[in-house]
Amino acid sequence: MIGSPRHEGMMQRLLVGRMFQGRLLPESMRTADGGRVERRTDIRFSFDGADYLGCGGDTLASALLANGVHLVGRSMKYHRPRGIVAAGAEEPNALVAVVRGGGRTTPNLRATQVELFEGLEAHSQNRWPSLNTDLGALVALAAPLLPAGFYYKTMMGPRGLGLWHRVFEPLVRRAAGLGRAPRVADPDRYARYYAHCDVLVAGAGPAGIAAALAAGRGGARTILCDEQAEPGGALLSEIAALIDGIPAREWLAQSLAELAAMPHVRVMPRTTAFGCYPHNMVGLAERVTDHLAAPSPDQPRERLWRVRARRIVLATGAIERPLVFPGNDRPGVMLAGAAREYLLRWGVKVGSRVVIATACDTAYRAALDLATAGVAVKLVVDLRAAADGPLPQAARAAGIAVLAGGRVLGTHLRGKRLDSVLLGRGDDGRRRWFDCDALLMCNGWTPAVHLHAQARGALRWEGERGVFLPGEPAPGVESIGACNGATDLAMALAQGAASGGGAVPVVEGEVPALPGPAHVDAAVAGDAFVDFQNDVRADDVRQAVAEGFHAIEHVKRYTAGGLGTDQGKTGNMNLLALAAAARGTPIPELGTTTFRPPYTPVSFGTLAGPARGEMFDPVRTTPLHAQAVAEGAVFEDVGQWKRARYFPQAGEDMHAAVRREVATTRAAAGLFDASTLGKIEVVGPDAAIFLDRLYLNAIATLKPGRCRYGVMLSEAGFVMDDGVMARLAPDRFHVTTTTSGAAHVLAHMEDYRQTEWPELRVWLTSTTEHWAVLAVQGPRARDVLAPLVAGDISAAALPHMAVRDLKVAGIPARMMRVSFSGEQGFEVNAPARHAPALWDALRPRIAAAGGTVYGTEAMHVLRAEKGYIIVGQETDGTVTPGDLGMAIGRGKGDFIGRRSLARPDMLAADRRQLVGLLSDDPALVLEEGAQIVAQSAPPPGTKALGHVTSSYFSPALGRSIALALLAGGRERTGERLFVPLARGSIGVAVAAPVFLDPQGGRLHV
Amino acid sequence: MFEIAEAPPATRLMLRGAPEVAARAGAAFGVVPPLEPCRANQAGERAALWLGPDEWLLLAPSDADATKLAAALEGLVHSLVDVSDGTEALLLHGAGAALALSAGCPLDLHPDAFPPGMATRTVLGRIGITLWRRGAADWWVEVARSQAAYARAFLAEAGRGW
Repeated sequence: MIGSPRHEGMMQRLLVGRMFQGRLLPESMRTADGGRVERRTDIRFSFDGADYLGCGGDTLASALLANGVHLVGRSMKYHRPRGIVAAGAEEPNALVAVVRGGGRTTPNLRATQVELFEGLEAHSQNRWPSLNTDLGALVALAAPLLPAGFYYKTMMGPRGLGLWHRVFEPLVRRAAGLGRAPRVADPDRYARYYAHCDVLVAGAGPAGIAAALAAGRGGARTILCDEQAEPGGALLSEIAALIDGIPAREWLAQSLAELAAMPHVRVMPRTTAFGCYPHNMVGLAERVTDHLAAPSPDQPRERLWRVRARRIVLATGAIERPLVFPGNDRPGVMLAGAAREYLLRWGVKVGSRVVIATACDTAYRAALDLATAGVAVKLVVDLRAAADGPLPQAARAAGIAVLAGGRVLGTHLRGKRLDSVLLGRGDDGRRRWFDCDALLMCNGWTPAVHLHAQARGALRWEGERGVFLPGEPAPGVESIGACNGATDLAMALAQGAASGGGAVPVVEGEVPALPGPAHVDAAVAGDAFVDFQNDVRADDVRQAVAEGFHAIEHVKRYTAGGLGTDQGKTGNMNLLALAAAARGTPIPELGTTTFRPPYTPVSFGTLAGPARGEMFDPVRTTPLHAQAVAEGAVFEDVGQWKRARYFPQAGEDMHAAVRREVATTRAAAGLFDASTLGKIEVVGPDAAIFLDRLYLNAIATLKPGRCRYGVMLSEAGFVMDDGVMARLAPDRFHVTTTTSGAAHVLAHMEDYRQTEWPELRVWLTSTTEHWAVLAVQGPRARDVLAPLVAGDISAAALPHMAVRDLKVAGIPARMMRVSFSGEQGFEVNAPARHAPALWDALRPRIAAAGGTVYGTEAMHVLRAEKGYIIVGQETDGTVTPGDLGMAIGRGKGDFIGRRSLARPDMLAADRRQLVGLLSDDPALVLEEGAQIVAQSAPPPGTKALGHVTSSYFSPALGRSIALALLAGGRERTGERLFVPLARGSIGVAVAAPVFLDPQGGRLHV
Repeated sequence: MFEIAEAPPATRLMLRGAPEVAARAGAAFGVVPPLEPCRANQAGERAALWLGPDEWLLLAPSDADATKLAAALEGLVHSLVDVSDGTEALLLHGAGAALALSAGCPLDLHPDAFPPGMATRTVLGRIGITLWRRGAADWWVEVARSQAAYARAFLAEAGRGW
């Protein structure tokens, strides 16, 4: 049925190119009056490069239809020409990309939900080189080779042929998927908010508005959201009925005005409730700027709302079901309810000569309204044996021909549009082609139970109408209106009002639609599509069942039915009915597939919100950040912290800078910002007992005014953190933690304090950010500090591992004699606000002493030369204190991890122990993480004896050094081992892990 | 929609202990630490925020209060720790402040649920904060010093486009 490219090109010029002598032609299918569009505003837009005119209030779909355009896309697998099927979120075919320039390209938007604005540029998808001439359609010729499960079957081909990799995968990858993601970063802003309310009403149709009115009048904090630009739902296309004595649309306007006047009610149009999550949380996606021709740069494109509602009222309506017949996917075949909505809401006739095929009374409403608008309704084919309800009778009375017991046997395409349908009657074999340009179908309505089911509400089968209705809901959730089975306006309004205990509006003038079961022809074959978007035919469903895919979840995955971006909103019930028929099982026994969020696709940007770029994660800086910047620091990320890594001088690379910083600190003095260290003040009469139980070191015996190194173990006995305990008073300790362990250690301590030892009178307060820490290290550290300190800091008055409150440069400080460099060391803790002043006082004195500022890289080298470990570098969660050469003091009581340390495995002689490594080549710096073995050329499979944990060039030793964890390492001192690398094996000698000043003389001066 | 100002430096004391500690601290401090959960008591420039059953944040204009308080609490089992420089306070003023906060704080900030005089630890986006509603449109946001820049940027972004 695909015309030749040349023929299609002519059609393009004749039908789509709306330019005539430089002017755009008026819309050919717009009614003279009626509908809710602004006819006086001409809006110019383009689709696939052709310009058109539309009206204010149009969607892209209604505007295209007003211009007589039905062909809007190609199907995913067979590239069949497809038209607009629906008028709302359920649209399976009309997926378009909207391009706004500068990376603002959004693929896979439903044309039925794209609001028209001046200059809108939209493109069809899934076609190449053009919609009219699509070479991908040649795939349709191979349709017999592409059955259900094609993807799986081709993957299962014989190995060695390489068919999949060479042939099928490239083919499938090029053909698969819909639309193209833009290649540049999304320039738009997105926002996220939390919201709370008593009642959240999802869906502003008649039921939702009645519910919101009842809730709002009762004083409840209410949110009423609706995915469309204009609230009202079915009321927007209701022209006959009266509600409480006034026309439905007038009732709608009054109701919306009343809701707008209530300060505790919020009406949110263009807002899709896309997901129902545990504890009554509903995700809303609000489209803020997509409908605007020139959005303000201040406005986010979309907002994500995470709403906690005491009650969730779902008024999400129902989705019309297509009929499954051969050729049901031609452009021009669409849902009857959608055709009626296009007419009454947008003033658009979807065709001039229409045939209607239905298994449900509601299609007669379309027949009547279209006939009234002057459309030739040639025939209503009712698939039911009898069509005698009030609506069919009204149609007959209006002179519309009705054929009961009819069938649609085929359709014919001319160019890009349906031009006739083949109809038959019962089983008598008579058939006839009917000329028409639109075929409207209705197979009943599927309640939109998506959100109800997402919230884990049960479904119940209602056999009379062949629908699943909400069963037992999740707590706090209720469904009203069409999604709860309401079949007319009166019922919808009544359910809505009842949900909030409000008065029920009175409806007049509505002809009732009688319920009836959906029609499924179990034997329908050929191009009878169940899922339009994923090109699943009735044949495919039967084949899947025949191949043993019996569970509906398996049928879905095997056929890909319901896996498209529309999630099978229109097709799933037909798929279910066909699978059930093929299995000979009643539908309720087959069950449904799982309803998962989102209801309609949500942009990644909306979910990410502002959390990107600089705002992705907080960047934490120390109180001395500006000083480090002024010194020319190069920073590194340590968790969220920015820490000065080194301070290069002119011409220095990192290695040169670090060597200089280390050597200068050892020779004279160095100044280092250690503010990121975690700090916890532990206070209370039982503080010493508490810390004694948490650290393996003896804390209880520590005298006030003194400090002690502490190692914290997990219950399993492995090293977890380390730090310094400074006893300020009998009942007060200043405890430091590693930078990265600060939050975790505090939580660990709180856990034990509150749950294990609630009897201990002790409290923990984080002081990490209160104190800035300036470390002054080196043989001249005291010379640097002494003139600034009000008090005696001589080795006698303030010896190594002493702590005292002293004023430094007039600033109250907590001064500790501690060293992570192996040199005479002071760590000056000052309140953060004073840190810059203290730095400024110390900096010139450091310079005068021939010293330097140094960064984290030099700090690492200084400590490695001394064999001081870093938790997380020398330890990895499997290292015991014994492995590190740490002993438990005699007389030390119980502590966390002690019992585990007594396990035989923890005492094994071949455990990996901390050692030093000296490479044969003193200039060669080993790679951290490199493995250690006994042979220079280990055969494959050789088990490593250990690995390198830290490795640097040591300025003090004038050669490279490394720390390592080595099996039975302490016994191997002096042994020669190897570090095998790709470029060759490196010989190393095992040494003690302390390379410099093992007696610690430099600390105590 | 709202303004963000920085509060002047204040003395912040973290007080831990039994209710009698709160009572005696109140007499010395001038503001009684509340025993009712999530409440803040305020008198002039002094305030006491309930943060836990035995935990209060005391805010005062000068550090003279710390010395006075420590002396008054002598003999009672308690913990009093100066945390003045660990946090900064952002002062939010305006009808839109609650909405901006709700961009990162999952609590219900409606006056019925979070009335003036309420205070609690909570989160703002990726960081922890202490949030105190001082008036219908006045908020005191305690934020860690190193995270104040993130908080300011987060709130400014959340307030855009309304």
